[in-house]
Amino acid sequence: MGGVFKRDLALAFRQKAELVQPLMFLLMVVTLFPLGVGPGPDTLQLIGPGVIWIAAILSSLMGMERLFRDDFADGSLEQLQLSGLPLYAVATMKVLCHWLVTFIPLLILSPLLAMFLNLTVDMYIALVITLLLGTPLLSLVGAIAVGLTVGLQRGGVLLALLLIPVFIPLLIFATSAVDAAALQLPYRAQIAIIGAMLLIAMALAPAAIAYSLKVSQN
Amino acid sequence: MWKWLHPYAKPERAYQLCNTLLPWFALPAVVCLVVGTIWGLAYAPQDYQQGDSFRIIYIHVPSAMLSMSTYVAMAIAALVGMVWQWRTAYMAMIAMAPVGAVMTFIALLTGAAWGKPMWGAWWVWDARLTSELILLFLYFGVIALYTAFEDKQQAGKAAGVMALVGVVNIPIIHYSVEWWNTLHQGSTITKFDKPSIATEMLWPLLLNIFGFALFIALVTTMRLKNEIIRREMHRPWVQMLVKQKETNDAV
Repeated sequence: MGGVFKRDLALAFRQKAELVQPLMFLLMVVTLFPLGVGPGPDTLQLIGPGVIWIAAILSSLMGMERLFRDDFADGSLEQLQLSGLPLYAVATMKVLCHWLVTFIPLLILSPLLAMFLNLTVDMYIALVITLLLGTPLLSLVGAIAVGLTVGLQRGGVLLALLLIPVFIPLLIFATSAVDAAALQLPYRAQIAIIGAMLLIAMALAPAAIAYSLKVSQN
Repeated sequence: MWKWLHPYAKPERAYQLCNTLLPWFALPAVVCLVVGTIWGLAYAPQDYQQGDSFRIIYIHVPSAMLSMSTYVAMAIAALVGMVWQWRTAYMAMIAMAPVGAVMTFIALLTGAAWGKPMWGAWWVWDARLTSELILLFLYFGVIALYTAFEDKQQAGKAAGVMALVGVVNIPIIHYSVEWWNTLHQGSTITKFDKPSIATEMLWPLLLNIFGFALFIALVTTMRLKNEIIRREMHRPWVQMLVKQKETNDAV
C-alpha cells in the first residue's frame, strides 16, 4: 500500500511539467479577472473568493485526468487490481497522492492570489480553511468521474461536463464562508457543511472509484 | 421476499410487462392532463394578487416536482441495476433520462415566463432556479456519458454511477428554500394539515401532477420498449416478434 503511494509520488515528481501546468493555468485565470472586470480594489475584493475557487476548480479539472490515465494506458492499473490489494485502498492512495501534488502547491500559492485580489486577512484565513476542507472533496469526487471516463478516447471535456455541476454546492458554501468572513460574521456553519460533505465523500467515494474503475476495465 | 421481481430482469419479460402496463398509463394520463389543464386554465378562480398569470402553476409545479422525482427514480434504477446486476434496470434508467431532462427544461421555461410578470425579470439567481438548472446539467452529464461509450452495457453502468453521484444534489435542491432565504415563494401544497392554496385551485393542480407522472411513466415505458428491442435485436424472440408483426400487417 505504501508502495503504491511512494510510486505515485515519485512518478508525479518525475513529470514536473504536468504538475506545474495546472498551477500556471490557475494563476493566469486569476490574472484575467482584474483585466476583464477592472482593477478597482473593492470590486476585486467582492469577487475575489469566487474567482479563486472557480480557478481552483477549473485547474483541478485540467490535471484530474492524470489520476488514472497513464496507469490505465500502460496496464499497471490492471496489475494493481490483480495484486490482491483491495482496489478501493489503491484508489484512495492514488487520490491522496493526487491531492498532495495538486492542491498543496495551490495552498502555497494562495497568499499571492489573495494579495492579487485584495482579500483581507480574515477572508484569507477563511479561504485557507475552505480550501483545506474542500479540495480533498474535489479530488475524491473527481476521481469517480475520472475512473468512468478513463477508457474513453476524448474524455477531457466530458469530464468537465460531469464534474462541474457536482462541484457547485461546494463552490456556494466555500464562497459564502469567505464572504461571511469579510463581513466579520461567523462562518462556522458553512465550514461544518463542507466538512460534512467531505466526510460523506470519504466514506463513499473510494468504493465508487473502485467500482467505476472496474466498469472501465470491463 | 423480492423473488417475484426477478423474472422481470429478463428483457423478454420486461418487454411483455411494458406492453401490459402501457394502456394503464396512457388512458389515465390523457384524462388527467386534459381535465386538469382545462379546469386549471379556464375554470379555476383567479388569484387575488397574481390575477390570471398564476395559472401557469398548473404546468410549472408538476414539471418541477417530477423533474426531481424522475432523477431519483433514475438513481433507484441505477442502484437496482448495480445490486442485482440487471441489464433491464440500466435500460429503464437511460429511458428515463431524456424525459426527466425535458421536464426540467419545461420547469425552467415556465418558471421564466412566470417570473417576468411577478418579479419583473426572466431570470434571477435564486437558489431554487439555480438548483433546477444544475439538475438539468446533471441530466446532460448522465446522457453525455451514456452516449460516449460504444458498448452500451458499459455505458449503462457508467451513467448509473454518475446518476448516483448526482442524487446527492437532490436534497440540496429540496432544502435550498430553507437554507437560503430568497425570492422564490415557499411551496403551497406540501403543508398537508392546512394548505395555503384554495381547494378550487388545488384540485386541478393535483390532477395535473398525477397526469404528468403518468405521462412520464408512459413515455418511459415506450422508450424502454424501444431500448430493449434495439439491444436484443439479434435474439430469437425479437425476430419472432418482427415476423408476427409482418404477418399481421400483411393480413
